[in-house]
Amino acid sequence: MSELHLGSQSPSFQQEIKQLAEDLLQKIEGGDLGQVVGVVNSINEVRDRTLYDEIGKLTRALHEAIKGIATGDELSEATGMCQASDKLSYVIEMTDKAANKTMDLAEDAMPLNSENLSGAEELQKQWQKFLRKELKPEEFRDLTRKVDLYFTQTQANSKKISAQLSDILMAQDFQDLTGQVIQRVTKLVTEVEERLVDLVAMAGEVDRITGITHADPHLNETPQDVNKKIIAEGPQVDTSLDGVVGGQDGVDDLLSSLGF
Amino acid sequence: MKILVVDDFSTMRRIVKNLLRDLGFTNTQEADDGLTALPMLQNGDFDFLVTDWNMPGMTGLDLLKHVRADDKLKTLPVLMVTAEAKRDQIVAAAQAGVNGYVIKPFTAAVLKEKIDKIFERLEG
Repeated sequence: MSELHLGSQSPSFQQEIKQLAEDLLQKIEGGDLGQVVGVVNSINEVRDRTLYDEIGKLTRALHEAIKGIATGDELSEATGMCQASDKLSYVIEMTDKAANKTMDLAEDAMPLNSENLSGAEELQKQWQKFLRKELKPEEFRDLTRKVDLYFTQTQANSKKISAQLSDILMAQDFQDLTGQVIQRVTKLVTEVEERLVDLVAMAGEVDRITGITHADPHLNETPQDVNKKIIAEGPQVDTSLDGVVGGQDGVDDLLSSLGF
Repeated sequence: MKILVVDDFSTMRRIVKNLLRDLGFTNTQEADDGLTALPMLQNGDFDFLVTDWNMPGMTGLDLLKHVRADDKLKTLPVLMVTAEAKRDQIVAAAQAGVNGYVIKPFTAAVLKEKIDKIFERLEG
């Protein structure tokens, strides 16, 4: 963004004005009104020329910035702003898929594990009966058949559960992919921010030359109004901030102080 | 016990429903924001509402206010399960008449504790 270097004209602008002002003073003291008017015109010319230069630079920079944001031409790896929201939608889609896949697998695994557990509990009862020598011969034959079935069933279930657990592990691959996408979007946002800061600085230069001042748009909002707005803000990334509770314990303390 | 679970993310609805099922609550229905939840509450005989805060359409806080303003629903116990973690927000939810407040991410134990506490207080 070499074309955005600011204030390169300013020192000479100031010098020119200063020189002309001294000249003006001399001409006034000299008493030649025709020459005085001539110098005043020169001052105006310098001001206008510098203003046009600055506005020209600002317009060009604005144009370049918008072009860059829209197409991502100069934004190194990052792609344009219009693609950023698509990318974030992709993150939502990926995390949604991964979460549902993980829950599907866990839900499928739970009954298999329950089957193993209830089978073992049932066999243990029979086995203890056998140890107490309370089993009749036909009951013992039934037990041996059940033990055999249980071995087969447990092996099959355990194999399925192992596969489900490893699929759950694999379903976490979204973290890598979405992490990369988010890093790119973060980079884009940072670059856009830098461009905007440059534009604000250039606009400030124009304001300085023309002597324009801007009213603060937030001036009419009293701090009370701002405090009163209780709106959803989403997760607090920095829990050390003032007014943010530290986890569930913080919520519980606050609510109990309110009589909950 | 019939429970309505309101969250704009289906994943979170599923997690909450699963946890409720583990706690023995199997009769659950879902809504994805306050606007769809409110008519369901008005037309159904729900005993308990679990709602997120930040949702498009109507937020959970507004849903809570609507519930408290409705003659038929005003005594419905409401548990808020949300990522909103500012003191002002929690105070606002308490003032609006929430019965419990769980912040995300949460554990099954915390959810159980808060639900138990709500019903203990209602019965006691």
